[in-house]
Amino acid sequence: MAALESPQPAATATAMRHAFGNVLSVLILVLIGVLAFSIRLFSVIKYESVIHEFDPYFNYRVTQFLSKNGIYEFWNWFDDRTWYPLGRVIGGTVYPGLTLTAGTIWWFLNSLNIPLSVETVCVFTAPVFSAFASWATYLLTQEVKGSGAGLAAAVLLAMVPSYISRSVAGSYDNEAVAIFALIFTFYLYIKTLNTGSLFYATLNALAYFYMVCSWGGYTFIINLIPMHVLLCIVTGRYSPRLYIAYAPLVVLGTLLAALVPVVGFNAVLTSEHFASFLVFIIIHVVALVYYIKGILTPKMFKVAVTLVVSIGMVVCFIVVAILVALVASSPTGGWSGRSLSLLDPTYASKYIPIIASVSEHQPPTWPSYFMDINVLAFLVPAGIIACFSPLSDSSSFVVLYIVMSVYFSGVMVRLMLVLAPAACIMSGIALSQAFDVFTGSIKYQLGRSSNSTDDAEDTNNAPKDDASAGKTDKGEEIVKERSSKKGKKKEREPADKPSVKSKAKKKALVLPLETSIVALLLLIMLGAFYVIHCVWAAAEAYSAPSIVLTSQSRDGLHVFDDFRESYAWLSHNTDVDDKVASWWDYGYQTTAMANRTVIVDNNTWNNTHIATVGTAMSSPEKAAWEIFNSLDVKYVLVVFGGLIGYPSDDINKFLWMVRIGGGVFPHIKEADYLRDGQYRINSEATPTMLNCLMYKLSYYRFVETDGKGYDRVRRTEIGKKHFKLTHFEEVFTSHHWMVRIYKLKPARNRIRGRAKKLKSKTTSAGWSSKSEKKNPWV
Amino acid sequence: MKQSSVVDLLLLLLTIAVLATPAFSDLVLSKVERRIDVTSQFARVTKTLKVVNPGSESVSEFMLIFPKFLGNNLAYLSVKTKRPVANLSVKKADPKGIPDSISVYSVGLPKTLSKGDTLTLEVVATFTNVLQPFPEKITQGEIHLVMLQESSQYLSPYTVESQSLSIKLPNARIESYSKLENTKLQGSELKYGPYKNLSPFSYSPIVVHFESKAAFSVAEKLVREIEVSHWGNVQVTEHYNVVHRGAQLKGEFSRLDFQARPNPRGASAFRHLLARLPPRAHSIYYRDDIGNISTSEMQSDSKKTELLIEPRFPLFGGWKTFFTIGYGLPLSDFLFASEGKRFVNISFGSPMIDLVTEKLIVQVVLPEGSKDISVTTPFAVKQSREIKYSHLDIAGRPVVVLEKDNVVLDHNQHIQVYYKFSNINLLSEPLMLISGFFVLFITCIIYTRADFSISKSSPTYLAKLQWDEVLATLQEVQSIIQKCLAAHDKLEASLRDLSRTGDIQTCKAARKSTDSLLKDLSKELKPLQGFLQSSPSASHISPKVEELVVKEKELQEKLMAKHTTVVEGYEKKSSGRDIENRIASQQQKIIALRQEIEDLLEFIDEI
Repeated sequence: MAALESPQPAATATAMRHAFGNVLSVLILVLIGVLAFSIRLFSVIKYESVIHEFDPYFNYRVTQFLSKNGIYEFWNWFDDRTWYPLGRVIGGTVYPGLTLTAGTIWWFLNSLNIPLSVETVCVFTAPVFSAFASWATYLLTQEVKGSGAGLAAAVLLAMVPSYISRSVAGSYDNEAVAIFALIFTFYLYIKTLNTGSLFYATLNALAYFYMVCSWGGYTFIINLIPMHVLLCIVTGRYSPRLYIAYAPLVVLGTLLAALVPVVGFNAVLTSEHFASFLVFIIIHVVALVYYIKGILTPKMFKVAVTLVVSIGMVVCFIVVAILVALVASSPTGGWSGRSLSLLDPTYASKYIPIIASVSEHQPPTWPSYFMDINVLAFLVPAGIIACFSPLSDSSSFVVLYIVMSVYFSGVMVRLMLVLAPAACIMSGIALSQAFDVFTGSIKYQLGRSSNSTDDAEDTNNAPKDDASAGKTDKGEEIVKERSSKKGKKKEREPADKPSVKSKAKKKALVLPLETSIVALLLLIMLGAFYVIHCVWAAAEAYSAPSIVLTSQSRDGLHVFDDFRESYAWLSHNTDVDDKVASWWDYGYQTTAMANRTVIVDNNTWNNTHIATVGTAMSSPEKAAWEIFNSLDVKYVLVVFGGLIGYPSDDINKFLWMVRIGGGVFPHIKEADYLRDGQYRINSEATPTMLNCLMYKLSYYRFVETDGKGYDRVRRTEIGKKHFKLTHFEEVFTSHHWMVRIYKLKPARNRIRGRAKKLKSKTTSAGWSSKSEKKNPWV
Repeated sequence: MKQSSVVDLLLLLLTIAVLATPAFSDLVLSKVERRIDVTSQFARVTKTLKVVNPGSESVSEFMLIFPKFLGNNLAYLSVKTKRPVANLSVKKADPKGIPDSISVYSVGLPKTLSKGDTLTLEVVATFTNVLQPFPEKITQGEIHLVMLQESSQYLSPYTVESQSLSIKLPNARIESYSKLENTKLQGSELKYGPYKNLSPFSYSPIVVHFESKAAFSVAEKLVREIEVSHWGNVQVTEHYNVVHRGAQLKGEFSRLDFQARPNPRGASAFRHLLARLPPRAHSIYYRDDIGNISTSEMQSDSKKTELLIEPRFPLFGGWKTFFTIGYGLPLSDFLFASEGKRFVNISFGSPMIDLVTEKLIVQVVLPEGSKDISVTTPFAVKQSREIKYSHLDIAGRPVVVLEKDNVVLDHNQHIQVYYKFSNINLLSEPLMLISGFFVLFITCIIYTRADFSISKSSPTYLAKLQWDEVLATLQEVQSIIQKCLAAHDKLEASLRDLSRTGDIQTCKAARKSTDSLLKDLSKELKPLQGFLQSSPSASHISPKVEELVVKEKELQEKLMAKHTTVVEGYEKKSSGRDIENRIASQQQKIIALRQEIEDLLEFIDEI
């Protein structure tokens, strides 16, 4: 402000330039926010404003409960509609960040009498938060490499396909807010590291708390930051700022994290948090050493070091030994299954089929990298190089971040989401540096040429060459010219920041004019490819809500709305307390859309329970009926895509049911369902396969549709075509046969004499005698 | 069961009949024609009654009676005279001595009937739930059979001289019907009568059992919300709870059979509902709790908008579903003004054809600030008032709630809601928004401009103040240096002039003036430098500034030296090349110095 009042025109001009630059970057940021929000609306425009996929339905249901019953009821919510007969304590097992956020937004809007439904708020939470996330990316990158890089990174993140895949309108999932929380926490950490301000350190702990509330991925933060601290210490970059950035985070962050019911004492007990405490100790030791170094003479210090090190080593060994023993005494070494599968990618497939059965827990393929981060994959190395010149505390952090996230994304495709912001930051840095170099050298070259003409002619003829040199006429002589000709026109140049920097660079890096122009054009083309790819991905690949399918045929768009058709049927035409059994994928949707009690759902916390359903699905009709009946199940829901060619149906997931079922009930053997190691449903299929419940429920009366029973997903005719159901009856099949619902027939009246015969029959079938663990509920 | 209950009823009726007679006046119905239309899910009875008053007393009241099981299901009743055309008032009467098994409605005649006068009455009555499915449960493949119970003789407290009955059945199978004398079946029309000279309270039950292909779609509850906005829109939102009230489905539902060609099985189900919306309806949506329902079709022309909706699944007997449709209507078609008041004129019932509504709730939401609200309806409804808050309301919008049970298509008549509203109220919400944003911006401006430090003596605050001062000083230093540089440029320019014109005196004068200017400037610099040195927060900057000033001094000296050399050269008239040679080394140093100064300036600039 003082500058504005100063009478000198040059000073005013500088201030104006800064003010103008600030206004411009605020404007650009607002536009980036709008871009991030609107690119995610393809799903609403192409389909409808509806919650997507599976997990978002659960979050939606929780939010509904929250908005209806209030926060206290929410913490104490015991949900009896799921995991029947066990139920689930929702308040204590859910990451509440997302639902609390959406609930708060809804409450705020409604208290202003803006009548938005909970559903609308939920649908648009993710796009709003992705705008926030791109702003947070700006802040983080700006702390690392200046606002030019910040803007570039923000615009890249606003439309990175990997993040879009989890945050399109309707994708109401934890990740939607968690990515924002992740980036913002990192920003505050870097900010604290750069300023050494305790204020930001406190904010950082709060942001970390929000992240813990939102997503299990908070362990990434609480491991990455200690690693960076350790890196700084090892490379001799310890400073009081580092201490302020780290120590309050651990203390406050851990205390706050323990407040979240789902984390609770895990915040201090599990191995995921161990690294942070270890580094906490180390940083104190280092701080002490630095302090002692400051008060002792160098000679005394050397003596002290030898003394302390020899004692310290002994103590350390004892402590480490105790810790190792403690950790080793717990069966999984204190690590949760998902975390273990991160450290050892083969862990899940070996021991926990239920984790391996989820497609998003599989390792990604190379095309998926190209699909999800596109050209960023090529820009990242350049960004890493840019971070090393010069290497600061903050740039070393982003380097570490990208390295770790590349590893994790390689283990689990879902964690591509964590990689995306890192890749955007790196690419933003790379792009901005490259632009700096190229535009800088163009300016230099142009400035030099205009300079030489200036020397020949009179200096006062400048207006002419101003016009001829056009926009890029901002060379070396800028300051000189400004003073001589008041330089008013120059101040209009928006790209003021690069110009300042370019002068520092140009001494070392001056490229020929043509090369820089060509390189600039190529970079712009690269950016254009990225934009085109992102828009395509947002519009075509990631916008489908997956509960509504569409196909383009000759006579227009065809909509497959079978899921909602059957959920609506369940919700209106069955008793409110009926139990519906289905594979766990459809659990959340059934509770949310049909409001019926389910046996298992996508939370997958109880392997045995899921195995029971898997066993029932892979058992013959009678045994399955007994299992379901003992679970008080009224209806069985199967998803069948054979008629229209919907590939992710239950028959394709069936082997997982067998594996998970077999993992707990050994009489189910995967080999019985495979012919020579091949999964078949045609005439070569094994009799066990052809007689299992899943096969029968999927293909019941299927042959009558076309006379042959041609399955369009497996591209084969089914093995067993004509059969009748004895213990189940079809009660509903959706329009395209995608969802089929069967009702358990009531148990037959026992007739004296016949009961005996029945009993002997079942034993001769050899089913009940095979294993005592066949049915845990009888 | 049903049959025997009818017989019981009949006996009861006959026994009571004799006792009841005195309650009614002794009119005579000279001719009664009844037509019952059962092609849809309800029975619509049209009667033409020719009333004669043979007695001496003049009569102003006419009684219509129905057996209770019909009277309970009476959804709509209207009585008209033919010449002149006039609607007559009908009200439920409860005369003494009438048994519970009979419902009585009294009709006020337009003029009293004196002896010998005749009058023709047109009675239209619609009964719901009178077509009983029989059998009550059917499988998917079976046809839907329903049963109608009526009396072949017109139940009336008056003597009937001649009467006939015709029942219009749907064009389909007829399972059975009561065969009495004078019964004729012509195509799908069943005729009873004519019967002559029947005493009051004659009753002879008939049962018709036939196949019905009509959709037995019943809305158990329908909430219509009509929101009037004076910005030009009437938004109608209708929430339907629909059930199929026909014979219940038993056993399996097989999609295969339902979709089978050419003989689909599932005739008893209905797939579609047709809504006839007002013309110019726009922004139509059709959805339920879990999202949009894509199976709907719309056709519109200037007279009407037809919306064909298909529920998510076909509805079989006993199946239920829920959905919402909504549409906007242009305000000008529905809002009118009269006598200083405005009124909304909009239809009461559901736009769905063939839909019986068991419980209809119409909520007319008027704009915030409406006063003096009154409602006129063509039939009796239950009224109440509510307040609704929406879209930044403060006082809330008045809501007129109208409730009515058993609503059929005949109730699709217009209701009028009168209210007073001043247009200024329209502006309140935009103004509120504007002032809200205004306050927001003002607070932002005040926040950024004002100093909110609590403690004016805290070290951070002081440091900040000091830093601001340092920055200001830096700015000044910068501007002075810039001026110096400008002076240097002038000096250089004077040299160039010299080489062109050879005017040594002007050149010297220029040097003198520049010299004095530069001296002044360096004097100005002194206190600033001193301040920077003394200020602790500028400790890391002051060396740079020092360096800058020193470099600038050096540059000055070098320039002066160069200037002197050149001028001397000219004075000595030495050749241009000679002079250039002499100043070449100086020139290099000058350029280097200038570069350094610029770098330093840039560094300071970035602070």
